[in-house]
Amino acid sequence: MANLEIQHLSKLFGEVKAVDDVNILTTEGEFLVLLGPSGCGKTTLLRMIAGIEAPTSGDIIINGQAVTHLPPRVRNIAMVFQSYALYPHMTVFKNIAFPLRTRGVDRAKIRQKVEWASGMFGIGHLLDRKPRELSGGERQRVALARAIVREPSVFLLDEPLSNLDAILRASAREELRQFQKRLGVTTVYVTHDQVEAMGLGDRIVVMSQGRVRQAGTPSEIYQWPADTFVATFVGSPPMNLIEQGDVLLGFRPETFLPAGFIRDSPEVVTYPFQVTWIEYLGAERLVYGDIGEKCCARHVVSRLPGNISLTIEAGQTYPFTVLKQDIRYFDRSSGLLTDKGRI
Amino acid sequence: MRGETSITGSGIRDRADLLARFMIAPAVLYITAMIGFPFIFAILYSLSDATTGDPSLHLIGFGNFRAVLADPVFRISLKNTFIFAFVSQTLVIVLSRILATALMAEFRGKWIIRFLVMLPWTAPISLGTIGWLWMFDSIFSPIDWIFRYTGLLGTPGALLGPMQNLYWLGEPALAMISVITVHIWRLLPLATVIQLAGLSSIPRDLLEAAEVDGARAWRRTLEITIPLTLPIISIAFLFGLVFTFTDMTVVYVLTRGGPIHMTQVLSTWTFFKGIEGGDLAQGAAVSLFMFPVLAGIAALVLRLARRSEVV
Amino acid sequence: MTGARTVVRRGGLYSILSIFAIFSTFPFYWMVIATFKRDHDLFSPTNNPFLFNEPPTMDHLRLLIFETHFLTYLLNTFLVGIAVVAITLAVAVPAAYSLARWARGWGEMFGIGIFLTYLVPPTILFIPLSRFASVLGLQESLWSLILIYPTFTIPFCTWLLMGFFKTIPRDIEEQAMIDGLSRLGAMVKVVLPLAVSGILTIIVFAFTLSMHEFIYALTFISVSAHKTVSIGVPTELVRGDVFQWGPLMAGALLASIPVAVVYTFFLDRFIAGFTMGAVK
Repeated sequence: MANLEIQHLSKLFGEVKAVDDVNILTTEGEFLVLLGPSGCGKTTLLRMIAGIEAPTSGDIIINGQAVTHLPPRVRNIAMVFQSYALYPHMTVFKNIAFPLRTRGVDRAKIRQKVEWASGMFGIGHLLDRKPRELSGGERQRVALARAIVREPSVFLLDEPLSNLDAILRASAREELRQFQKRLGVTTVYVTHDQVEAMGLGDRIVVMSQGRVRQAGTPSEIYQWPADTFVATFVGSPPMNLIEQGDVLLGFRPETFLPAGFIRDSPEVVTYPFQVTWIEYLGAERLVYGDIGEKCCARHVVSRLPGNISLTIEAGQTYPFTVLKQDIRYFDRSSGLLTDKGRI
Repeated sequence: MRGETSITGSGIRDRADLLARFMIAPAVLYITAMIGFPFIFAILYSLSDATTGDPSLHLIGFGNFRAVLADPVFRISLKNTFIFAFVSQTLVIVLSRILATALMAEFRGKWIIRFLVMLPWTAPISLGTIGWLWMFDSIFSPIDWIFRYTGLLGTPGALLGPMQNLYWLGEPALAMISVITVHIWRLLPLATVIQLAGLSSIPRDLLEAAEVDGARAWRRTLEITIPLTLPIISIAFLFGLVFTFTDMTVVYVLTRGGPIHMTQVLSTWTFFKGIEGGDLAQGAAVSLFMFPVLAGIAALVLRLARRSEVV
Repeated sequence: MTGARTVVRRGGLYSILSIFAIFSTFPFYWMVIATFKRDHDLFSPTNNPFLFNEPPTMDHLRLLIFETHFLTYLLNTFLVGIAVVAITLAVAVPAAYSLARWARGWGEMFGIGIFLTYLVPPTILFIPLSRFASVLGLQESLWSLILIYPTFTIPFCTWLLMGFFKTIPRDIEEQAMIDGLSRLGAMVKVVLPLAVSGILTIIVFAFTLSMHEFIYALTFISVSAHKTVSIGVPTELVRGDVFQWGPLMAGALLASIPVAVVYTFFLDRFIAGFTMGAVK
């Protein structure tokens, strides 16, 4: 049975459609990522699931029960805010215990659960400290411990890693995923970082301007983006797009390689690639340049793996190829993926 | 703290340390001269027998203090000063909290409500108090008029009595209530603004997290809002205490300390004894009784200000 | 949240706000009415005090302006205010800058010291100060007020400005010094212009504080023509035991409302400074 169901959910702020007819169905234990640029509605959506923002129309169903207009405390959800929202005047113990106290759990049970939750995140030794005495990473763990102490049905996270240093972020990401797998709680995770989304999500919901552009596994999103927005938002550098008549041709930088590195066959398209700039990044080289005639040159990027040692110089033109099966076709006016070329 | 190295050459315009002393000197000198010295003189006067007729300082020891303590009017003044200050400020804190919470909401015409609510503070004290003089008038009080109009006053068996007027400023208990009312009226705006600042400083996240964690409104207020705003509430309370404790204007304009000294406070009694009465020594002695309480309050405020790094 | 609950909440909110607004404005509303009410109407206890039972009159205003020293009081108050603002600026601005930038050991002490001056209120100081004034021959003179008023404007204004100066990053001054100014020059040409908002706030604040002041004015000045509006209105519009309510209210009104309007505009800034210093 699906754990979280969102049906035709919309939110209007005056005239502005912050969330526009969103439909999502999760499976139990799934790690679902809401991905999109700022202002796309993902945080508003999360807040509506939590119950701190009231939807304008639509329904939210948790574990088969419609909770759309119910207050947060009866929804059995837990949330980690971007700022962690730790109660500054309470100790770590009291912070974690708070959700249990509001439900009238007795003191012995509280102690037991707090020790379990804090043990999960390795912060058992910090229980007597106040939030201001903790590092960013420690605060984040306290927020997580507070969220799981009630063993909620749904776990909501609003960009919980964005306040951490870059180095910490990667290891925190891994820990988070492992702990979620262990607990098996349905999780909805909001981020604008597509690397994070791809790394963490079982499925990703890409949003823009309040609407869902595509929902699918990381592989589906990456290989078969539903429209040009998803194609250019996911993947860094973004997918190359060139015009051809009334379609847009798209191909990822790593599929665009010097001729000769892909077996020459009718399955391949060749372009004269005039290189303008090269970035050497160690593990790879990013080659920027133009293809097409002078009048309508299109700027594209090629991603060369580091172990291809072919000399490439700016100012020169080389033949570059891409496999036909790697090309995606988008309708020029709507931006949507067309069926042409799909295997 | 970055170290300040003095830059060689260039003269005083560049020497940070000299400049610092130079720039703060006028303030220090002025305060020392206009507050420090007079304060010392106040103490000296209190230990002397100076009057405006003979203002020379013959020190006579603690005689004035003994005389002052034996004076029944002084004892009334002391009692009143505390009562007016603590009662009015306790009520102010409660009322300002309600008003501040109301002002946190979004609504039309907010600026005009703010202006109206701020008026008692922004108008000169003596002039605002004059308005209340009429409110409390023994014959023409509009408050009494409303009571008469609603039947609470003026007929036999009425709730507040059969007479036509309540003698707000003539009857001792009512006079005290009148003074306290004006103090509340005057300090409510300031306390409200301070409380608003405190309430606004609580991050919205915290209250939402508490809601998600299952806390209902009363618990959020009790366990989150109040503890986090306690430092600022205390500051509002203490500042209000200082203002009412040292106030002379309200009592002077409203009752002149009457009826028969029943609303005297230390400040007004000092004035009547020392300036109008010419007894500089006793006047000074009376005023100095304020000092220990103020010092205590100041110590509390300092401790609070240091401790309030909660977030 | 259902519609009905919202309506009840809104209703409750507006009721509370109205009650407070009425409580605060009551005396001022009164002043407005009394200023224009005919004596006959005013002094009839049975007449509804909130309405004009007889047509309004300008008599009280006329009396106030032409037959009392009211305009002189306003002028005196204005002069004292300007002078006090000038002194306060001259003393508080450098002091605040000094404390904000170079507060270390003694800087912090001075900051606290400033606060401690409020421990010694006018009601302790006015007796010795009345002697000082008399010795200096300043009794009955507005100069006594000009000399004394900065005692309560300087401490708070310094504190307020300190907060403002602290928000201006040091980087900007250092950049100015690299660009060729001396330290003092950097302060005057770069920092001060950025602190204009703070300086305006303390100008308004110092002016209104000196306008409100009562105790010192009452102590030092008894000659009618030298009075400020704060003491002039309550003391001079009384003949014997009889209050001339009409002109009295008119005077109170005219002197309160304009100040209140200006002050309200600056209230946000003033409170920001107030709480910045206290809750940091």
